[in-house]
Amino acid sequence: MIINPAFSATLPVALVASSLLPGLIIFALAEESVRLRTALNLLGALSKLLLVALMLWGVYHEAAFETRFELLPGLPLVLRADALSLLFITLSAQLWFLTTIYAVGYLEGSPHRSRFFGFFSLCVTATVGVAMAGNLLTFILFYEMLTLSTYPLVVHRGTAVARRAGEAYLLYTVLGGVLLLLGAVWLYTLTGTLAFRPQGVVGDLDARHHTSLIIIFVLLIGGLGVKAALLPLHGWLPKAMVAPAPVSALLHAVAVVKAGAFGIVRVVYDIFGIQFAATLGVMMPLAWLASATIIYGSVRALFQDDLKRRLAYSTVSQVSYIALGVALVGPLASVGGLVHLVHQGLMKITLFFCAGNLAETLGIHKISEMNGVARRMPWTMTAFTVASLGMIGVPPIAGFISKWYLSLGAMEVGADWVLLVLAGSSALNALYFLPILYRAWFLEPAGDWPQERHYPRAETSLALLIPPVITATLALAAGLLASVPASPQEWAKLVVLREFLDP
Amino acid sequence: MSIVSPLVQPVLLIALPLVGSIMAFLLSSRRATVGVAVVAGNLGLVGGLIGRLCATGPWQHSVGGWGAPLGIDLYLDGLSATMLAMTALVSLGISAYSAAYFSATAARHFWPLWLLLLAAMNALFLSRDLFNLYVTLELVGIAAVALTAMRGQRDALVAAMRYLLTTLLGSMSYLLGVALLYHSVGSVDMVLIGETPVPPPVAAAAFALMAVGLLLKTALFPFHFWLPGAHSSASAPVSAALSALVVKVGFYILLRLWIEVFPALADEIAGLLGFLGGVAVLWGSLQAILQQRAKMLVAYSTVAQLGYFFLALPLVAAGGSRVWGAIVLLVLAHALAKAAMFMAAGNLLAFAGHDRIRDLDRVVQRMPLTAAALGLAGVSIMGLPPSGGFSGKWLLLQASLEQGNWPIALVLLLGGVLAAVYVFKLLEHIFTSGTPTGEPRAVARTMEWAPLMLAIGAIALGFLTTTVLDLLAVGEPFVPGRRDDY
Repeated sequence: MIINPAFSATLPVALVASSLLPGLIIFALAEESVRLRTALNLLGALSKLLLVALMLWGVYHEAAFETRFELLPGLPLVLRADALSLLFITLSAQLWFLTTIYAVGYLEGSPHRSRFFGFFSLCVTATVGVAMAGNLLTFILFYEMLTLSTYPLVVHRGTAVARRAGEAYLLYTVLGGVLLLLGAVWLYTLTGTLAFRPQGVVGDLDARHHTSLIIIFVLLIGGLGVKAALLPLHGWLPKAMVAPAPVSALLHAVAVVKAGAFGIVRVVYDIFGIQFAATLGVMMPLAWLASATIIYGSVRALFQDDLKRRLAYSTVSQVSYIALGVALVGPLASVGGLVHLVHQGLMKITLFFCAGNLAETLGIHKISEMNGVARRMPWTMTAFTVASLGMIGVPPIAGFISKWYLSLGAMEVGADWVLLVLAGSSALNALYFLPILYRAWFLEPAGDWPQERHYPRAETSLALLIPPVITATLALAAGLLASVPASPQEWAKLVVLREFLDP
Repeated sequence: MSIVSPLVQPVLLIALPLVGSIMAFLLSSRRATVGVAVVAGNLGLVGGLIGRLCATGPWQHSVGGWGAPLGIDLYLDGLSATMLAMTALVSLGISAYSAAYFSATAARHFWPLWLLLLAAMNALFLSRDLFNLYVTLELVGIAAVALTAMRGQRDALVAAMRYLLTTLLGSMSYLLGVALLYHSVGSVDMVLIGETPVPPPVAAAAFALMAVGLLLKTALFPFHFWLPGAHSSASAPVSAALSALVVKVGFYILLRLWIEVFPALADEIAGLLGFLGGVAVLWGSLQAILQQRAKMLVAYSTVAQLGYFFLALPLVAAGGSRVWGAIVLLVLAHALAKAAMFMAAGNLLAFAGHDRIRDLDRVVQRMPLTAAALGLAGVSIMGLPPSGGFSGKWLLLQASLEQGNWPIALVLLLGGVLAAVYVFKLLEHIFTSGTPTGEPRAVARTMEWAPLMLAIGAIALGFLTTTVLDLLAVGEPFVPGRRDDY
């Protein structure tokens, strides 16, 4: 399809600007101008959704969207939209919109909101940049911007605990950034390009460079694995739980861990090329590592009484499904991994919204305090139930689709042991989610809630209630309507078809 | 078209701040207005010169029509123009800050000295013979020492005295080297000396003397002993000027000597200087991490950042002008970022009455612009993208990996991590609450905006990397002996 070239070059920039500009203006706003700030936030989020819709339509019809800018000699900043970018952008744009509504409700009346929403917008800007990066340099630029713009959100409460969480976050992410930088520069000295291309850019290199390439692969995956919370680089994620609930949603579903997982997909597919990576022999170790992370995260989640910490360890486990799907080197497993990028986002953000609602409305932070809570907050707990069943992999919720494709993919490539990992993970998920559901729905409340607040309209404020209900519905729909055109599953298939199987 | 004749422009670059300095000395009021106007005019002049440079290429101007060896030649190429531009930009930020910072009494001392310093630096970047470089270097040193001592408190005086002795010793050593060369060649013209065969022992002795003198002034480890005291005890705008501009002057002369006069000898000591640079990066960063006061932390960060310039020297031999380009980028990025950091640290001090990092209390909401300045400048100092610091480090890392020089690559990476530790040691206490001590005093708006603008400049440099590298390449300053064809 032919579109106006000026339009095709502007759209990626506009997509970045749609959150960057509101963010910068919000920084300058006075604390009291709540309406203007909310309006700006929503305007940015809505215009981003609109731009994404335009881009989806264009990319589906094989239009190219690309912007270049000479950043370093011979190394441009490239923003480009392909099917894979859009999988991620669509997710983050939708969830950003919902998280913004949620955050407006959550932070009502609390101090420093201009700062919060400013950095919040920068975070999403960075995420969009990560998604649209057309080469590794651009990717690194936005990846580091993501680190820097998330830090103020992690320490937002300004307490000593927040400061320590921030230190842990930085310790991991800065070291990850160093690995990534070294890997990227080294790669560049070998290839003379850092462009993301289907089937990769290193396949033609002389065989004597293969050892270097393996080390570079380890460096890059190490750097990305920090944000993707791969074992043993996951330590920051549970500690970062001190941040306010919308930030947790951002870390776990919209931006940070997703940026890491997305980066792993990019590096494997568009730098190394999946087939070449397999011949280098680096994919099986990655699959083992991902599997180990899946099991480890689930086991650790079992023993957490703090609800948000349990969810955090659950993220450690679930995000590795994406890496696993990629590492299995097969089209079906790839679909499973990629689609989980979206599915995990929908389910996990629901869970964190719900956890935030419990904390805000009733003062509940621990699972042991959750007895009978579903009677007080039925909508919240319904959403929570849908999402946690999805995490376990119960059909027809989104998580089931991911696991289905992963299992098929594993059998397709003859890696039957993966079925054990998936089954084990489902069992562990059931072990740590079902008791919560049982407590919430079937046990009697222990007495007064720790810190109850009443809202006239519903069980909690509407701004807090509507987002999780929508995301839970989406998680359900993504499973039920998996085969409808433009569902996450179909889009993931499109990605796999275009990027990996086309000659 | 410029209203000033192109021939007068470079002379004006020296004359304007000099006249401004005298005016600021004679006037009884409005010193700040004069000062800021002169520095703004200086920036305009530099802009005009760069425009002309890009249009017509490098050129030479004989003051009063007397050429070398009798008269004084001024010379401008991409490198001098870049340094002039850096000085002009940072000076404008510092001047805007100073206009609000100094009381009327302090302004009496500050403005004449500060404009004199500017005139001396401009003259230095335009000079191309070794003796003129000596004279301007000495002027820069004296003005800088006087500015350091200006605060008059005991710690400032002690630091200034130490600084004075160091800088005099440095100039003396440099002058001895010049004398040796003059005796042997009969000229102080750089290109002429570079082309004339000099007996090896003389050349070696002269280079050693000059290099040691310049290293003392540039505070390369282990000659950095005077720097943290002087840079942290001076008043904030002076600290900014010292760290951002004055230390770069010595490095600039060393770079010119390296390329034009002693290319062969220089390659031999590249390894040693690279090693000392590496130690400076690590040692300076570790010391910065251990500091409890913001200004000391920033001062030790300068020791570390200066190390990078030398760390890269072993790469120059094989990488040539590309590596020089990366080094100059780091020089620029550091000038912008460090000036911003010192002025922002000055704001912390002015606001709370102390700069103990641990006791900083919710700075981010009470002085958001200062916090932003520290954050953005920190990005460049840490070498995170997009920033001038990142571009420079990326290019150096690329050169070191291409040459298989792993030690340098590792120091570059480790230095970045350590920088992140000290930058965030400061930032995390800016974001969180501490013990409020005493009643805070409001800080003028310009004192918040000036560092922020410079910090934004350090970030913008990341987007202007190729432009700066193109400007630097005008006249091929990194190729020895190419001056014949202007």
